[in-house]
Amino acid sequence: MLPLFLFLLASFIAPIAAMLARGVTDADVARILPQVTAELRRWNGRDLPQESAYGALIADIRAAREAGTLASAATRLNYDVAGYRTLMFATGRALSGELAGSARETLLAIDPKWGERESWNALRRAAGPITDFYLLAALDLRHDANDAIVGSPPEQSVFRDVLGRTLWISGVVTLMCLLLGYPVAFFIARQPPMRASILLFLVLLPFWTSLLVRTVAWVVLLQREGILNNLLLSLGLVTEPIRMIYNRFAVYVAMVHVLLPFMVLPLYAVMKGISPTFVRAAWSLGASPATAFRRVYLPQTLPGVGAGCLMVFIQALGYYITPALVGGADDQMISYFIAFYASKTVNWGMAAALSIMLLAATLALYAVYNRLVGIDKMRLG
Amino acid sequence: MRTGTETLGQRVAHLGLAVMTAIILAFLVAPILIIVPLSFSSGSFFYYPLPGFSLRWYEDFFASSFWLPSVWNSLLVGTAATILATLLGTLAALGLWRTRFPGQGLLLALLISPMVVPVIIIAVGVYFAFAPAGLTDGYAGLILAHTTLAAPFVVVTVLATLSGFDRTLLRAAASLGARPLTTARRVMLPLILPGVLSGAVFAFAVSFDEVVVALLIAGPGQRTLPRQMFSGINDNISLTITAAATMLIGISLAFMVFVGWLQRRSERLRQAK
Repeated sequence: MLPLFLFLLASFIAPIAAMLARGVTDADVARILPQVTAELRRWNGRDLPQESAYGALIADIRAAREAGTLASAATRLNYDVAGYRTLMFATGRALSGELAGSARETLLAIDPKWGERESWNALRRAAGPITDFYLLAALDLRHDANDAIVGSPPEQSVFRDVLGRTLWISGVVTLMCLLLGYPVAFFIARQPPMRASILLFLVLLPFWTSLLVRTVAWVVLLQREGILNNLLLSLGLVTEPIRMIYNRFAVYVAMVHVLLPFMVLPLYAVMKGISPTFVRAAWSLGASPATAFRRVYLPQTLPGVGAGCLMVFIQALGYYITPALVGGADDQMISYFIAFYASKTVNWGMAAALSIMLLAATLALYAVYNRLVGIDKMRLG
Repeated sequence: MRTGTETLGQRVAHLGLAVMTAIILAFLVAPILIIVPLSFSSGSFFYYPLPGFSLRWYEDFFASSFWLPSVWNSLLVGTAATILATLLGTLAALGLWRTRFPGQGLLLALLISPMVVPVIIIAVGVYFAFAPAGLTDGYAGLILAHTTLAAPFVVVTVLATLSGFDRTLLRAAASLGARPLTTARRVMLPLILPGVLSGAVFAFAVSFDEVVVALLIAGPGQRTLPRQMFSGINDNISLTITAAATMLIGISLAFMVFVGWLQRRSERLRQAK
């Protein structure tokens, strides 16, 4: 097992750990602006910093501008305080000439923002090495000028929505899978072996079919000029095509379709092992079929219900491709935003903070699954 | 619950359950099957009835400058990842089975965790680590990432075969004078081979269907088939994609039948011993 362990260490654990570390560390600003960040670590944060900090900032900005690294520090500071990027660049340009007067006077003359505590506080918060900035941002929180934790401004508050939506969609999909999967597993478990294996084949076929193929199928079915709309139109049930794709409905339908086998299979495995004699005994003791089901059968299937629900919920949490292809802008889940921050805006801190949230939720549920079911009993196909 | 003395109510309940199951199974299977005839359409609409039959979308697929290369890319990456994952996964499963040590459960959980960790996190982590090493925009990075995703499937299937393996066979071989390597090759390998092979099929299927890592780290030269389908849905969707999907359904069916056959074979071997 050593080779695989070492391989996974190099290709899986180390990369993820290194990436996640970006969510709680801040190295860029301290590296690019070393003198002023060192000065600010000694600053009390209440009054404006002393003259030496202003001098250090001027020296740092000049050096960074020369080295061409000013942009990445400015970008990081701009995440915290809108307009900081412009402030840094304007200051850098203005500092190219000779200085007149003290460092403080020079900077205040360039932009009065250097006379505000908030500008300096943002710089200090970004000085690292450890930061809670990204994790707070992922919960729509931030530090205000007095270092108290407050809600983010409304135009930046999207993440609570995203987290809530991810949990909600996963919950709805899990519930729908349970409602659809339970009767199917119940029915199949009751069939003679030959018929049961044919029915199981029908459950396994989508399980094996490529995720992309299944998503293509739903696009073909649900799109405006698609099969379902055409059918409804030709039957005269609607007079114009209904919007069935790029909305929440399509996300639910496609995700339930993809995840339903993960519910049916563990349920079937449990139901297959339940002897019918228990229910018959309940009947002979005078229980009605409904009571016998509720009091005798249902409790015995709970391990399967737990295993199926956990498996579906865990997978649903991390869904990316299906919502991206059949959902609208308001139906994207947390994975979409991780990909967005990692590849579109290259904000590694934000991507990492969101990954930490998603990974923590997944691993916690994985631990529950391991306790309840045992990962060694994980079934494939 | 068929007791022969069913009341009318119970029979109605059974019928209702059967109808419900039929509808849900149709929901599972119909969307997949419905795109197969579309791929043979002579028209270019996404609905029925078809104007006529033709192979034009398959011709389009094989003539295009991007579909066929994507198939080769998928085959290359899939094969390499399968070989690596099968090797690493089988060794890991054998190691876990042979010895007992503290923390074994935790190690197993760790080895299997790529199956449960959201792919996007793996993809972003790999992207983050591989980009400075120059492994993005090349086959190596994609193959390594797919091996990571696929290896746990081999571990699980091989462990499942080993759980039914009778250790006395190894001692019997040793007592008859076989060297450890001979025992491994002549006794162990034939018995765990079905597990290894189904693990390999799973590994290939995982790589062949993987799109998230490919989206993030593959360059234009390494576009895999799922990656190509992803952009095929996004850009302007044409019926060529249903031809691609139909061929993939055929491949999935073949995999499924093969793994089913292996599992039955493995069970027969177990019962025969």
